[in-house]
Amino acid sequence: MRVVIEVTYLISSVFFIFGIKYLGSPKTARKGNLYAAIGMFLAIVITLFDQHVLTFEWIIAGVIIGSTIGTILAIKVPMTGMPQMVGMLNGFGGGASTLVALAEYYKLNPNYPIDKGLIFNLPINQGIAIILSLLIGGVTFTGSMIAFGKLQGLVTGKVVKYPLQHPINLILLLAVLGTGAYIVINPGSIMLVLIITLVSLVLGVLLVLPIGGADMPVAISLLNSYSGIAGATTGFVLGNNELIIAGALVGASGIILTLIMCRAMNRSLMNVLLGGWASAGSAGPATGTTSPKGDVKSIDSEELAMLLDAVSSVIIVPGYGMAVAQAQHAVRDLMNVLEKKGANVRFAIHPVAGRMPGHMNVLLAEAQVPYDKLFAMEDINDDFSNTDLVIVIGANDVVNPAARHDQSSPIYGMPILNVDYAKTVIINKRSLNVGYAGIDNELFFYPNALMYFGDAKEAISKLTNEIKNL
Amino acid sequence: MENLTFLMHIYVFVLAIFVGFELITKVPPTLHTPLMSGSNAISGITIVGALLSAGMKEFTISTILGMIAVIFAMINVVGGFLVTDRMLKMFKKKK
Repeated sequence: MRVVIEVTYLISSVFFIFGIKYLGSPKTARKGNLYAAIGMFLAIVITLFDQHVLTFEWIIAGVIIGSTIGTILAIKVPMTGMPQMVGMLNGFGGGASTLVALAEYYKLNPNYPIDKGLIFNLPINQGIAIILSLLIGGVTFTGSMIAFGKLQGLVTGKVVKYPLQHPINLILLLAVLGTGAYIVINPGSIMLVLIITLVSLVLGVLLVLPIGGADMPVAISLLNSYSGIAGATTGFVLGNNELIIAGALVGASGIILTLIMCRAMNRSLMNVLLGGWASAGSAGPATGTTSPKGDVKSIDSEELAMLLDAVSSVIIVPGYGMAVAQAQHAVRDLMNVLEKKGANVRFAIHPVAGRMPGHMNVLLAEAQVPYDKLFAMEDINDDFSNTDLVIVIGANDVVNPAARHDQSSPIYGMPILNVDYAKTVIINKRSLNVGYAGIDNELFFYPNALMYFGDAKEAISKLTNEIKNL
Repeated sequence: MENLTFLMHIYVFVLAIFVGFELITKVPPTLHTPLMSGSNAISGITIVGALLSAGMKEFTISTILGMIAVIFAMINVVGGFLVTDRMLKMFKKKK
């Protein structure tokens, strides 16, 4: 039976690998997700045949409760709520790793709490793996829940600063590692293990709390990676290769996304890992930078409709503002109207637009915008110069030309969409307020820029109607 | 022997990381969200450890911890795969 179980774990791992491979192309992605689910199903079923699994009532109860909650969450969440959903699910994965590590530690002395005697038989490898599972799983759990809270609006999305932020985090981390080392050498204390768990949970809160809303794509990707690594460390605790493989795959995937997000904001991973994520946001609030003064020209829906009537190429640049206003369907309608008039309409997506990697793509997919109309920054940036008109909807910092030339700007060096190279740029925003980075956008003062004020959903719908009525 | 087994696990871990990097560097930005939620569901594989604790012969603290872990991991797994499928259903090419 042992062999059958191990072989099934191997097959299941192969399903995971193919699943992730197929998730890499829009044509096969659904199949990939199904393959991964089959892999998971195999792993769960075969584990029930393990010689250590002898009672089933707790398992059945847990599976029913967990599946029900998971199903309800998955069905009920609106597409605009996807970032927080991903954050929350991530947290549950990390929490499970922590709980499994704790359970394994307790197993070393099954008579606890009656017998308070020491556990002598804890191999060093397993001890280290248990401590790391507690640490990474704990940080993932509370970190993800804070991320969820921020995205859901339950916790402030602003940059939270507290005194001695870095020293405190470092001390807590060292405390966990130090106590962990002691336990590995002198196993036995339940109390110390619980303290490690608690401190790890606190650390997760402290690490994610300072992060501002627009930095969430990095935070979510990194937590995603952590949940994978936590799974792998659990694999080391149990000596199970499948957990190690699956955890490593997810850990690698999360790290890659994190690096892509960092590159898109011109920050180093180190800057992110040290929790300096918010520094760019707080470094230079409007006063410190040279704000270009001049005239801002605005346009109303009627004039804009006439302008759009004559264009042949349009690029739409969506940002978080589109998600907040839930304007994706209105944007789709605008696209349809413009296409009917013979214009070539495309979308340019900045990697960090929105609150998680690929956020804009999911929203536009929901509105049935075909995915081959969405272009990544590097694929479309050279096309702005021969485009008639660009419509920026609820994006700000990612189209600020200061990133290209103003060395004093906090966003200097960040790759941006070159919307200012187009003949005309329409910027739909509710006001002239600054974006996340807290700086004025000089684009608004450019001669080829026109502000189209209003809530994205209302303003775009109104525009679409005006065009129809022409 | 104990250390050798451990070394084999390290082997597997390192090789799997390389596989992961190879597979994922090619994913287009359009699929970043489904990739994240799908891989997220895969990280719920800790369910294996949870089952081993929740299903022990004798009832101990580990059983309770295991059962809570089963709940957490199942939310992660079921929620993750379902929500990923819901998203991917919407991704369509131009007709």
